[in-house]
Amino acid sequence: MKSKLDVHGLNSYYGGAHILNNVHLKANASEVVALLGRNGAGKSTTFASLVGLVERCKGSIIFDDQEISDKPTHEIIRLGLGYVPEDRRIFTDLTVEENLLVGKQDERDGVRGWTEEMLFTLFPNLAEMRHRPGGQMSGGEQQMLTIARTLMGNPSMVLLDEPSEGLSPKIVEEMANAILEMKKHGLSIIISEQNLHFARLISDRAYIIEKGEIRYEGTMADLDKNDEIKNAYLAV
Amino acid sequence: MDFLFIQFLNGLSSASSLFLVASGLSIIFGVTHITNFAHGAFYMLGAYVAYTLTEAWMGAIGFWGGIIVAAGTVALFGALIEIILLRRIYRSPELFQLLATFGITLIIEDLVIQVWGAEDLLGRRAPGLDGAIDIFGQAFPTYELVLIALGPICLCALWLLFNRTRWGVLVRAATQDRMMVSALGVNQAWLFTGVFTLGVFLAALGGAVQIPRDAVHNAMDLQIIVEAFVIVVIGGFGNVLGAFLASFIIAELNSFGILLFPKISMILMFIVMALVLVVRPYGLLGKAETHARTALGNVVRPLAPLTRKAKNWVLAALLVFLILPIFADDFVLNVGSEILIFALFAASLHLMMGVGGMVSFGHAAYFGLGAYGVALLVKFLNMPMEAAIVIAPLLAIAGAIIFGWFCVRLSGVYLAMLTLAFAQISWSIIFQWDDVTGGDNGLLGIWPSEWASNQQAFYYMTLVIVIAALYAIRRIIFSPFGYTLRGCRDSLLRADAIGIDRLRIQWFGFVLAGSFSGLAGVLYAYLKGSVFPDYISIPLSVDGLVMVLLGGIQTVAGPIIGAGVFKALSTIIISHTEFWKIILGAFIVILVVAFPQGIVGFFLERFGSKEEDIAEEKQ
Repeated sequence: MKSKLDVHGLNSYYGGAHILNNVHLKANASEVVALLGRNGAGKSTTFASLVGLVERCKGSIIFDDQEISDKPTHEIIRLGLGYVPEDRRIFTDLTVEENLLVGKQDERDGVRGWTEEMLFTLFPNLAEMRHRPGGQMSGGEQQMLTIARTLMGNPSMVLLDEPSEGLSPKIVEEMANAILEMKKHGLSIIISEQNLHFARLISDRAYIIEKGEIRYEGTMADLDKNDEIKNAYLAV
Repeated sequence: MDFLFIQFLNGLSSASSLFLVASGLSIIFGVTHITNFAHGAFYMLGAYVAYTLTEAWMGAIGFWGGIIVAAGTVALFGALIEIILLRRIYRSPELFQLLATFGITLIIEDLVIQVWGAEDLLGRRAPGLDGAIDIFGQAFPTYELVLIALGPICLCALWLLFNRTRWGVLVRAATQDRMMVSALGVNQAWLFTGVFTLGVFLAALGGAVQIPRDAVHNAMDLQIIVEAFVIVVIGGFGNVLGAFLASFIIAELNSFGILLFPKISMILMFIVMALVLVVRPYGLLGKAETHARTALGNVVRPLAPLTRKAKNWVLAALLVFLILPIFADDFVLNVGSEILIFALFAASLHLMMGVGGMVSFGHAAYFGLGAYGVALLVKFLNMPMEAAIVIAPLLAIAGAIIFGWFCVRLSGVYLAMLTLAFAQISWSIIFQWDDVTGGDNGLLGIWPSEWASNQQAFYYMTLVIVIAALYAIRRIIFSPFGYTLRGCRDSLLRADAIGIDRLRIQWFGFVLAGSFSGLAGVLYAYLKGSVFPDYISIPLSVDGLVMVLLGGIQTVAGPIIGAGVFKALSTIIISHTEFWKIILGAFIVILVVAFPQGIVGFFLERFGSKEEDIAEEKQ
């Protein structure tokens, strides 16, 4: 089966510092893949590199049979690779509806699109605050808005950078349900997390990254049984 | 009472044009982070093109059509500049973009003279609106009423654009976080082009509607750009409503200030801006600057001690300067002294902005205060040169202590604009205080002591003092204090968190930079034998910025070389052609595109140290 996303030999640099070292990554259609690793392991840099936000970055990134590593960010996004950054980056001066409008892109062939109303069903909290400025929302609400905003671009795959970070257990549960809902909708998802708790609920496969290198890959079920690996790379 | 009301209406009609220009400037800055120095030039172009079109086209349709077409034409020209030039340098440091737009300004200023001549042009009155109406028994021009309405109309139009269209919402989003906007699939490049075009359109429209009111002339640009900057700062960068409020305040201030305080009317707006910034550091409606998010992986090259190779270059340069008098005539030595003095001036500015992170638009203030310090000591106390060189910089230091105390409480463009305000206030005092400073005529007869009076001796004296000062600046940069200062530049928050009293550190850095600038001014006064208010004016401050940026802000040697290149070039170009502005402007634009890190930065990149090479190879 052909992969949705196929990353080979990805190397990224911040100035002279070598951050990612030959990272590889694969995700199939309608699959949820977890990218696990401690704080500073290179998860966010991997995502940022995939969507062309890292200035100095080399390697092959094939998305839907297309090499995208030399494309500018907006073109990559428009091909259907959605990106939800770690720090949410809601437009605080814009209302919920305006935030969604910024993310809006035309529907792509072969991708089930999203409408505002579908997103308000997916995240009912947002429906109650359509005209509220992003700056006056709670952390959990902002996290939902940032995902909804990316979905407005009708992506066929989404990169979710630590979506559970800093959220209360109740919101985390809602988030997990929403992500499963997105998967049902037909989306491929790569999700980065520091620990297993949240990722285990939703992921099919997992990669572990440490010091900019992929150290483990396998199914989520296998990883869950492998205490040695878990202790080596994920225990705090 | 009636007279006051008419005066108020006059203020309102000026406010409209100011608002058009300032809102354009504000929108462009908000999204692209370009401080568009050329905005005044676009305003001027708008007026000139509108003049030509309204002369050619008859009737009311011809007049208004001419104005709209003029604004549209200039906007297209602006779009072209954005696409051809600015797009190449969005990744350069933001000040570089300011430098590029400064180059464009120089080119446009000269082009305007070539196309339309140097004479003032009187435009046609608006057909049907050339009369006056009676208000409280006073005749008030009808056209002014149209202008009064124009401001609020444009404000409403802009509000609708920004709140009711997707493009407008994208612009607002990009003002806040442009990287996230592109991460949502929006093509930044075209958004920037659109915003720049809109901003230029507003500026050109502001200029075009002026033609029935005022003569069109080739100095319109500088006058308006300074006012527009002040308005944008008072209103808050990127805030259109703030620009509207501030335009009203400044226009009324100008209107009534000339009645109430004729002596200081020119600097009233700077005083108001200083007051506003002290109370509200981000302008009336502005928000705290969120730190510009640059693309990941962009790293500032830290200042490094000299390598052996670089030391040899420095020694070679020193040697050239030492033996210059053997084969150079007096003119060359005079230029040589001037270059040395400006090297010190640029290095002091670099200490403030490159090392201290405090960009100054008014660094000439301390240069001028130093120069006037000498002049006053000579004039009133007849002080000999040896003593005056030591004492005169104290005036610059005093200025830097007072101005710096306020400035370090701000940051970014706001800080820069406050330095400009203080420089203008100093300029105004010197310009107006005839009895003491000689006003516009300056003070003459400031000659060096007997032993230093020939060109060669003066050159050597300048060389020794400048080298010593440059060495001192270098030592300061690499001292613990210098590291602390650089720490404050890189992260105020972290500096605070490790217990650095950053206000005190930056204040001290500010004063140090001011005192070296003052010393340069002292030497300059003796070199020229006279002082004039020019020494403290905006153009000199701009020259300083050009020198620093040309040479490269990320190196210690950059500003010194930048000063040399800039001074030598302008001396050569001015003496050989009347088109010096076009040539200098084109030269600056080319340099900015070719050397986005400055001249020295470019050579470091090419022929950098071994460590860098290894890092490159690893990739």
